[in-house]
Amino acid sequence: MKPVRFDYAAAPDAATACSLLTQSVAAKPIAGGQSLGPMLNLRLVRPDALVDISRASDLRGVRDEGNAIVYGAAVTHAEIEDGAVPDATPGWLASVARRIAYRAVRNRGTIGGSLAHADPAADWVNVLTALDASVVLTRSLGTRTVALAEFFTGPFATVLAHDEIVTGVRVPKRGAAARWGYWKFCLKVGDFAKASAAVLIDPERGETRILLGAIEKPPILLSDASAILAGRMPLAAVVTDVAPHLSYDSHALHVAALRRAIALATASGEVAA
Amino acid sequence: MSETNGKRAGVGSSVLRLEDDRYLRGRGRFIADIRLPAMLDVAFVRSPLAHARVRGIGKPQGFEDKVFVMTDLDGVQGIRADSGLPGFRSSVQPILASDKVRHVGEPLAACVAESRAEAEDIADMVSLDLEELPAVVEMTRARDPGAPLVHENWSENVFLETAVDTDFEKSVKDAAVKVKRTFRTARQSMAPMEGRGVVAYWDNQAQQIVVYTSTQMPHIVRNGLAGCLGLDQGIVRVVAPDVGGGFGYKGILLGEEVCLAYLAMKLKRPVRWIEDRREHLTGNANCREHHYEITGYAAADGKLLAIDCDAIVDSGAYSAYPFSACLEAAQVASILPGPYQFPGYRCRTWSVATNKPAILPFRGVARTGVCFALEVLLDSIARELNLPPEEVRRKNLVRPEQMPFVNITKKIFDSGDYVECLDRAVTALDLPAIRARQAAGEADGRRIGVGLAIFCEQGAHGTSVYSGWGIPMVPGFEQATARLTPDGGLELRVGVQSHGQSLETTLAQVANEVLGIAPQRVKLVHGDTALTPYSTGTWGSRCAVMAGGAVAAACDVLAGRIRKIAGHLLQADPESVVLADGMARAAGSEIALKDIGAAWYLRPQDLPADVDPAGLEATQGYKTQRDTGTFSYACHAAVVAVDTETGAIEILDYKIVEDGGVLINPMVVDGQVYGGAAQGIGTALYEEMRYDETGQPLAATFADYHLPGACEMPVMTVDHMQFPSPISRFGQKGIGEGGAIGPPAAIANAVNDALAPLGVEVDALPMTPFRVLAQLARGLNKSEQAA
Ligand SMILES: Cc1cc2nc3c(=O)[nH]c(=O)nc-3n(C[C@H](O)[C@H](O)[C@H](O)COP(=O)(O)OP(=O)(O)OC[C@H]3O[C@@H](n4cnc5c(N)ncnc54)[C@H](O)[C@@H]3O)c2cc1C
Repeated sequence: MKPVRFDYAAAPDAATACSLLTQSVAAKPIAGGQSLGPMLNLRLVRPDALVDISRASDLRGVRDEGNAIVYGAAVTHAEIEDGAVPDATPGWLASVARRIAYRAVRNRGTIGGSLAHADPAADWVNVLTALDASVVLTRSLGTRTVALAEFFTGPFATVLAHDEIVTGVRVPKRGAAARWGYWKFCLKVGDFAKASAAVLIDPERGETRILLGAIEKPPILLSDASAILAGRMPLAAVVTDVAPHLSYDSHALHVAALRRAIALATASGEVAA
Repeated sequence: MSETNGKRAGVGSSVLRLEDDRYLRGRGRFIADIRLPAMLDVAFVRSPLAHARVRGIGKPQGFEDKVFVMTDLDGVQGIRADSGLPGFRSSVQPILASDKVRHVGEPLAACVAESRAEAEDIADMVSLDLEELPAVVEMTRARDPGAPLVHENWSENVFLETAVDTDFEKSVKDAAVKVKRTFRTARQSMAPMEGRGVVAYWDNQAQQIVVYTSTQMPHIVRNGLAGCLGLDQGIVRVVAPDVGGGFGYKGILLGEEVCLAYLAMKLKRPVRWIEDRREHLTGNANCREHHYEITGYAAADGKLLAIDCDAIVDSGAYSAYPFSACLEAAQVASILPGPYQFPGYRCRTWSVATNKPAILPFRGVARTGVCFALEVLLDSIARELNLPPEEVRRKNLVRPEQMPFVNITKKIFDSGDYVECLDRAVTALDLPAIRARQAAGEADGRRIGVGLAIFCEQGAHGTSVYSGWGIPMVPGFEQATARLTPDGGLELRVGVQSHGQSLETTLAQVANEVLGIAPQRVKLVHGDTALTPYSTGTWGSRCAVMAGGAVAAACDVLAGRIRKIAGHLLQADPESVVLADGMARAAGSEIALKDIGAAWYLRPQDLPADVDPAGLEATQGYKTQRDTGTFSYACHAAVVAVDTETGAIEILDYKIVEDGGVLINPMVVDGQVYGGAAQGIGTALYEEMRYDETGQPLAATFADYHLPGACEMPVMTVDHMQFPSPISRFGQKGIGEGGAIGPPAAIANAVNDALAPLGVEVDALPMTPFRVLAQLARGLNKSEQAA
């Protein structure tokens, strides 16, 4: 399959990208092209113009805000994996990046593109929500910051307006005392997760977050995190409660993911069946 | 025997591949690399429905001359591949469907434009008026009374039904156990790196239609093309350029080939079509789908008494040319007994028609499914009898002193020691250590299991075997031409086609063995009907044996003629002349082959008076001494860990012991075995094209159709046994497919061994985590009921 005919423009910066996007309702931003490329070829999307933001100078940088790091939307998975940009966490982002797809995909795929694409199974969608990250959204009219927990509105759907782009991803810093567990189930290396869960325990900030991901819709932050960690709630029931739509096997995989992410974060090391 | 730079390069040497330079640098010339002036691109409009009546196909306004439907293809006939077996129901596969579509992806119209993207734009605008019909999707329901008919003039959806019975009733009387199982293998999509593709143009000088196509069998494609186009075969030239993998996917006459050839003649411009992955996956998932109901009868000591099997093969909508819709099932019935001996056998097969793509033989053909069914059944019998699985196999395997052995379906095993093969695999695994580890349990809670599979692979079987299957193509003598060039090099011409098998290297090694010419100085010409002897092509593990034998035979003749001239020039007895290192040597003196070449071509005045006028070029035909095939065989042994919480299976260890007879190039054979095993692991654990109840394929990209990648491959070891075949030229046996046969059975047995304490068995491929979880749930329900 070949894409439909489209115009192409590379935007030097975010402002130009936004103004180009306002010119046609059928225009679309393209970053790494790792999700959009296949969709173009399958003609699942038929834009009349692509605005390439992968080289926009202000989307490629990283800013340290003291208690958080803001990543430019066009920072690639590979740059995070390689430590070419600072890690807001004690190495967690790098280790997540390393297990996204394959290196060839990571060389081009971007953190902003991944979030904008909003695949419920994608790593950044789940990991960054668990880490309480937010996105900076920009359009010609102005800029707003939205917590990821509010950003995703459905599978492959976000609050982004047509002419609005993700410019930055703000990730709160996590110190040495913080604990983290992320576990995903893939059918093969490079496959999208069929189930995932993430656990954050940050005593410095007094935060405990448990997330269930890859549930065919945006991830869910579990409300009784402390009780779950204390082992007071049977995990199978927890999963059924928040994701009753999952099939038998998907449910089993999510229970496994939850249990193993908890084990990783609590460093009991026991991820056994 | 001969040497090149002090190193042996003949039969048995692991010389580096001559093909590597262009392949590894990405400089091969594949179909999509061919650019002809003024070439047009073709995109096909394909059926979105599995079964529908075609009420109309609307050409978009202004593009009428760019869109072709069946009625535009004057005089073109559909593809027929009838079997001569009694009761076979015949189908005609239209080049472009015009009255009915019978599977998703079936071509309805061809659109032509300056680029593929523009051709797809036109295809997008073609309107289809289709009346959807109920589809036949599930092979086990295809014969239900009242099932919709794929072909309305048939009485039921069955291409062919077969039955064999050898002493069945008599043999089961004293059985201590009777174990019955149902197995199924998934429909797969063979996935060569390069898909299909065709470039066709009219050569006005030669007055020929030239069809470049990514095929395994150019001569057979020419037969079929000429037939469908109603042309003399002399007007049709088929060329296979570099072909990026075949595996059976390219062992076929394509409707697209017929259509492109017609369009090239009609438009008088080159046309091309390159299959994309979406067409490939949605329209051409076409192999492996079997269903078995199989019962084994055994004595208390594990001795097999009889096997009874009802097998269904989902043959899809049409009989594909040339292998037909029933090769697969015919093979099921004839090879099910595997390498075992037992007195009673009954097998019924049904090649059923469904609204899916026509089945094609994929590497291993029916053996992968058959081996899975039989070997997993054997382990169930072993568990039932409380015997170790290796013990049950040892009891029933054909023994070396029985060779040549004629089995219950009259297959003639040529040579080998199957028990030794099994024992070597068991030793390589260190079975006692695994059993001890198993008893101790894993720290991470996973369950360990070990599984064996032993099977044989008939290769290079010829006329007597294929004539019995009644298909349109029966192989006979294989031919090769050898020509000494004036500068002492060698040109070989063969009708088989190398598409990853390294034939440019191995056939050069065969020539080196006979003529002593360095492989680097041997040029293999293949893949072009205008330049090579006729051949049925590359399939059925036949090239090393058949083309190897033919090349050796042609080189033998050439060697005799070279010796004669050399004897004359060296003033020695021609019989005493030794050919090695590009030289002819006798009586203490030597002459370079280039001087012999020069004598024939440039200085005939130097030749002996009675020189053979046929010169330094010879064509010879070759058959094995008996054309019933060589039998390579192997034992695959797997250790797996099963995570019962997620259903995930990890292969911890994988050992292969195989006997390919004398190996022409052991390194190439290793590559064949590893590559095959990777595909077998795909069959075992990953690959599956699912269809919904309306016949819609549920994967359109590799994101949904899972192939194993490098990360999914365990570290494997291959141990070669090398019992020579008594019927082939050098003792070589066909070995190209075996790697793909064993893994599903070995891995399933390992999984079942791991899960045996839970009373759970897997019985369907691929063994995805979802299937394993479902089986576990079923097993748990069962034990709850029992409690
Ligand atoms: C084989 C393969 C395997 C993969 N496996 C994984 C995996 O295991 N885990 C995982 O998480 N991902 C995986 N991916 C997806 C990969 O991570 C992509 O990089 C990511 O989903 C999209 O990022 P991109 O930069 O390529 O975006 P693009 O493909 O360029 O764009 C995706 C979408 O987002 C929009 N977009 C892009 N950037 C912006 C922006 N800044 N603002 C607004 N809209 C924007 C585009 O318009 C488009 O709609 C895989 C991809 C492939 C091809």
